[in-house]
Amino acid sequence: MVTLADYLVLSAVVFALGLYAVVTRRNGVAILMGIELMLNAANINLVAFNKYAAPGAVQGQIFALIVITLAACEAAVGLALVLAAYRSLETIHVDEINVMRW
Amino acid sequence: MTGEAIAFYGLAAVILVSGLVVVGSPNIVHSAVALVPAFLGITGIYILLGAEFVAGIQVLIYAGAITVLVLFVIMLTEGGTGLRQQQRNEQGPIGASVAVAIAVLLIAGVTHTTWGRGAGTLPAYTPGAIGRSFLGTNLLAFEGTSIVLLVSLIGAIIIARKEE
Repeated sequence: MVTLADYLVLSAVVFALGLYAVVTRRNGVAILMGIELMLNAANINLVAFNKYAAPGAVQGQIFALIVITLAACEAAVGLALVLAAYRSLETIHVDEINVMRW
Repeated sequence: MTGEAIAFYGLAAVILVSGLVVVGSPNIVHSAVALVPAFLGITGIYILLGAEFVAGIQVLIYAGAITVLVLFVIMLTEGGTGLRQQQRNEQGPIGASVAVAIAVLLIAGVTHTTWGRGAGTLPAYTPGAIGRSFLGTNLLAFEGTSIVLLVSLIGAIIIARKEE
C-alpha cells in the first residue's frame, strides 16, 4: 500500500537533489536543470495531494499543469539569457559572470 | 507487496538514480540526457496517481521539448561545456549539507504528520474534468497563463537575438 507520505518523501528527495545542483553547479544550463527537478518535485506533491486529500476535484492537477506551462516559460527565458550571456561574455559559468556594466 | 508498491518503488529508483546523474555527472551532456529517464519516471508516478492528462503533458513538454532545448543550448555554448571545464564550484560540502538538511527536515515533517483523507473519488476520465474546469472555474488562470507564455516567448526571442 503506497501512502501519501511515500509520494511526499520521494518529492522531498528530488527537491533536495535539484537544490544541490542549483547551489553547486557553475554552468548556467546545469542550474536550470536543477530548477526543473525542483519544479517536478513540487508537481509530484500537487498531484499526490489531489489524489489523497481532495479526490473529488481536479484542482491539484490544474495547478500542476499551470506549473508545467510556467516551467516551460522559465526554461525558454533562462536558456535565452544563457545564450545572451555567452554571446557577450563568452562564458556561461555563473561565478565568472560578475560584471555590473559592459 | 502489491503491484502498486512495486511500480512505485521501481519508478522511485529510476527517478533517484537518474536524478543523481543529473546533479553529479561531470559531463554536462550526460546530465541533460539523464533528465529524460527522470522525467519519464515522474510520468509513471503521475499515472500511478491517476493523472493521465498531466502524464501526457509531462512527456510532451518535459521529456520532449525542455530536454531538447537544453541540449541545443549546450551545443551552442560549447565554450562553457567542454569536458576540461570544472563543472562544480567550491560550495560542494556546504551545498550537500544544506540539501541533506532540507531533505531530512521535509521527510521528518511529512512522516510525522497525520494526513487526512478527502472524501470522494477521482473522476474516471480526468482530461474531461480538467478541460471543463479550465474553461469554467479556472478560466482566469488559464487566460493569464496564456498571456505569460506569449510574453515570455517573445521575451526569449528578443533576448536571444543577435545584436546588430
